[in-house]
Amino acid sequence: MNLEAVRAIYVFEMARTFRTLLQSIVSPVLSTSLYFVVFGAAIGSRIDEVEGISYGAFIVPGLIMLSVLVQSVSNASFGIYFPKFIGTIYELLSAPASFLEITAGYVLAAATKSLMIGLIILGTAFFFVDLQIAHPVWMITFLVLTCLSFSLFGFIIGIWAQNFEQLQLVPLLVVTPLVFLGGSFYSITMLPPVWQTVTLFNPVVYLVSGFRWSFFGMSDVALGWSLAAIVLFTALCIGVIWWIFRTGYRIRG
Amino acid sequence: MPAIVEIRDLQKTYDSGFTALKSIDLDIREGEILALLGPNGAGKTTLISAICGIVRQTAGHVTVGGHDTIAQYRGARRLIGLVPQEINLEPFEKVMNTVRFSRGLFGRPRDDAHIEKVLRQLSLWDKRDAKVIELSGGMKRRVLIAKALSHEPRVLFLDEPTAGVDVELRRDMWETVRKLQADGVTIILTTHYIEEAEAIADRIGIIAQGEILLVEKKAELMRRLGAKQMVIELQHPTERIPEQLAGYDLTLGKDGGSLVYTYDTQGERTGITKLLSDISAAGLQLRDVQTRQSSLEDIFTDIVRKDS
Repeated sequence: MNLEAVRAIYVFEMARTFRTLLQSIVSPVLSTSLYFVVFGAAIGSRIDEVEGISYGAFIVPGLIMLSVLVQSVSNASFGIYFPKFIGTIYELLSAPASFLEITAGYVLAAATKSLMIGLIILGTAFFFVDLQIAHPVWMITFLVLTCLSFSLFGFIIGIWAQNFEQLQLVPLLVVTPLVFLGGSFYSITMLPPVWQTVTLFNPVVYLVSGFRWSFFGMSDVALGWSLAAIVLFTALCIGVIWWIFRTGYRIRG
Repeated sequence: MPAIVEIRDLQKTYDSGFTALKSIDLDIREGEILALLGPNGAGKTTLISAICGIVRQTAGHVTVGGHDTIAQYRGARRLIGLVPQEINLEPFEKVMNTVRFSRGLFGRPRDDAHIEKVLRQLSLWDKRDAKVIELSGGMKRRVLIAKALSHEPRVLFLDEPTAGVDVELRRDMWETVRKLQADGVTIILTTHYIEEAEAIADRIGIIAQGEILLVEKKAELMRRLGAKQMVIELQHPTERIPEQLAGYDLTLGKDGGSLVYTYDTQGERTGITKLLSDISAAGLQLRDVQTRQSSLEDIFTDIVRKDS
């Protein structure tokens, strides 16, 4: 194992994050605070409670997931797209490092950044709502797994993307709608039965549901399904990345 | 000298169907400077890229220091430093950080003393905290070399190190390359400047259309293939070459004031003695005689033309 390579990539990528700390952290915190104000205070005051939880508190896990998913995908995709764009990828390709090590460096760095953002948003939420976390260890587990799996997904997007437009297309057109329609701001039991079934094809439902369970002890789908979904998604992403490095898809001529 | 890089039947056909390398066989000896000389599109960069792992070879084998570049890529790549043709650098990174990154990527533990040595050797130490974007073109190229040397490679590939670089910087670069060779690094550089190959290479490989046409010691190459010309200046200009001299490879010089005789120094007989006596027999009077040897440029053009 070339652990030095993993470390070098990780340190290099984290240095970039800290160089742009203000824009990395401030903008997600600001936009989340706006959600709290709009959904929690303005609209939430007209919604009673969702399954015994105040609406303001109910949306916290969904809001954290929204930021974490979008941030994971965009951080990781940018992390590997940038070297491709400016040509420094030659160094990664000629290094004595396996696909696992290169991926680990980039994905761990992206996941660390989105985890930081997730925790900061969680901290921010305490200012707005009265919040209790029923299963803190599970909460962290779900958060970390989500950061990792969607950073892996972002890594794939970064390799697939051939221009900046494509790079932004997936977070914008795929991830955000999936999160909004994945029960971030409502319980899927509020939907008509047909739409409840359709929603079950949205992978984000399982993430949000499991994550919300770790806060309030209640979920839309069984906890086992949530864990299975996240593990399956992670395995799928690793499989695709393995295939990418094996065939050189869009990175090695 | 033993070979540190062995290339056997290396082939590369891109997905587009373009065959960039037909079948390359080449041994690179430890400690030498080998110049790969060829026109644009000859396959120089593809050859380097295949050895370094940037493109996948279609067939063939390469070993570096005895390690197969595919089966034992870690062992092989640890020995290799690559300086690409394009200036591929992160613009907002500091020089020191980007060089340190390269060392780590190649599996070496952090060693700031070595990095300092490399940066000083390349006259970049004063710029260690400067961002790449603040540097001049020549400095950026040296940063690329510093990155390639950061993990103490034994073989250094320089892809067109002086393309688009002015004369003075080019001489600096040659000086740097010689110093590296003195440190024991084997150097392979590609170039389409013949004077560059002539100035610093120990051996020269000529590559065109995906094939290595020949690899020779520089001096041998020039001796073996060097055609010589003899210019015979005449007392009185002549309008045409006399019939008695038709059997010689002669051309008429400017205004008929001279005859130019081209001959091969490798030939058993140069035919000079007979030519000179035949010239006086034809009634021409000599004023002066001079010879000149073809440059590497003439040789190169000759080989590439013959091949195509």
